[in-house]
Amino acid sequence: MNRYTETIQTLAAKLLETGDVKTVLGFKRGTFPLTTEPFLATTPADTGELYWDVNCRLNLATYLKKEMGKVAVVAKGCDTRNILVHITENRIKREDVVIIGVPCTGMIEVKKATEMAGGDILYATEQGEEMILTTAGEEIRVPKAQLLRQNCALCAHPNPVIYDMLVADPVPVQTGMDRYADIREIDAKTSDAKWAFFDEAFSACTRCYACRNACPLCYCPTCFVDESRPQWVGKGTDPVDVRTYHMLRAIHCAGRCTECGACESACPMDVPVRLLTRKMEKTVGDRWGLEAGLTLDARPAQDIFCLDDPEEFIL
Amino acid sequence: MSSFEPKIITFLCNWCSYGAADLAGVSRFQYPPHMRVIRVPCSGRISPKMVLAALRKGADGVWISGCHPGDCHYIEGNYYARRKFTLLKEILEFNGIEPGRLHFSWISSAEGVKFAEVANRVIDEVKQLGPARVFIKKSPEESAA
Repeated sequence: MNRYTETIQTLAAKLLETGDVKTVLGFKRGTFPLTTEPFLATTPADTGELYWDVNCRLNLATYLKKEMGKVAVVAKGCDTRNILVHITENRIKREDVVIIGVPCTGMIEVKKATEMAGGDILYATEQGEEMILTTAGEEIRVPKAQLLRQNCALCAHPNPVIYDMLVADPVPVQTGMDRYADIREIDAKTSDAKWAFFDEAFSACTRCYACRNACPLCYCPTCFVDESRPQWVGKGTDPVDVRTYHMLRAIHCAGRCTECGACESACPMDVPVRLLTRKMEKTVGDRWGLEAGLTLDARPAQDIFCLDDPEEFIL
Repeated sequence: MSSFEPKIITFLCNWCSYGAADLAGVSRFQYPPHMRVIRVPCSGRISPKMVLAALRKGADGVWISGCHPGDCHYIEGNYYARRKFTLLKEILEFNGIEPGRLHFSWISSAEGVKFAEVANRVIDEVKQLGPARVFIKKSPEESAA
């Protein structure tokens, strides 16, 4: 069992016993190996189900709603940044949320694990820095670092930036990684090659909106894809509609996205949606020097401006 | 390619660039008739989805023009617009829409000459690129054909 699980359970039980919060939003073990589910603990007895391992890929900030009253939420570094964005956007109040911060060592990608194991994984356990993956035929040990999701491998903020309690001491922060190598690679292509690259990359998209639903930032009462008068984007899997959807979603999340990777982890078709959101993240950083969700005083990038924002492209 | 007559959707803000278009007209400055002007209250009113809608419906180019920074009728609308346009331009180019199809400018209502110059430049660039090919929504019948 991951060492964090027990601490999370204890902290949650204490919060519920003292009546500080009505509910604790956390993870519980999933039905299948390498999965977890979001879980709402409402009584101290429930907290035994709370769980933590390397499969807590979802971002629980998605489930925070104003009408929930005071809740506690288990949050990784990226999730806390997201909660911070929600607070600056007046989505929730700081005093209404108790943040149980988890210094995160990264979440793993199921696809990578399955490829590594060479078959369906029947059972998976975490042991120190290694994962033990059991398939029908064999049992293999793989270092966790090899299975990390891309956003976790490139993570610059593994420790919670805002929290009321931490489940463990902060973890070391990596520096010097090249966060945008793949983005620059695409940037260097010709327009036609870029179009062809994304045509292929997004061809699998079925428009199930798992990415939108998993994303804490996608909280508009009516999403532009659901608007019908005028209808900005068709509902089918026409390549132009698919592209319109992903481009607009990336623009909407620009300057707010904290790279939690929930969108990509939720995608059943392995569509690389984060390529677009990361392009936006890079743009926001390069042009305006902003990074989302680090302080409570900062507004989202599209909500503010500087008089001397670069405008070399404007005639 | 000389026979190619591009369609360029042009968003002009009511207070500056639309006035400039008017001035260019009454001053008889020449530019080709390839623009379809949409008057908007402010460049800040233009949402990226409007630009995408224009391209999806077959526009060969989009040109957006507003007041110079500092001169916005609504004080700060064009500053927000500038941020939105930056993101829009980056994401469209990243996706493989040629940079020459999307143009932005600040033109005040006294700059009729600049309006004609920029119009000529935009039309030239789009003409060179030829008709838009990739980002056009086809009807089911067209797709089947």
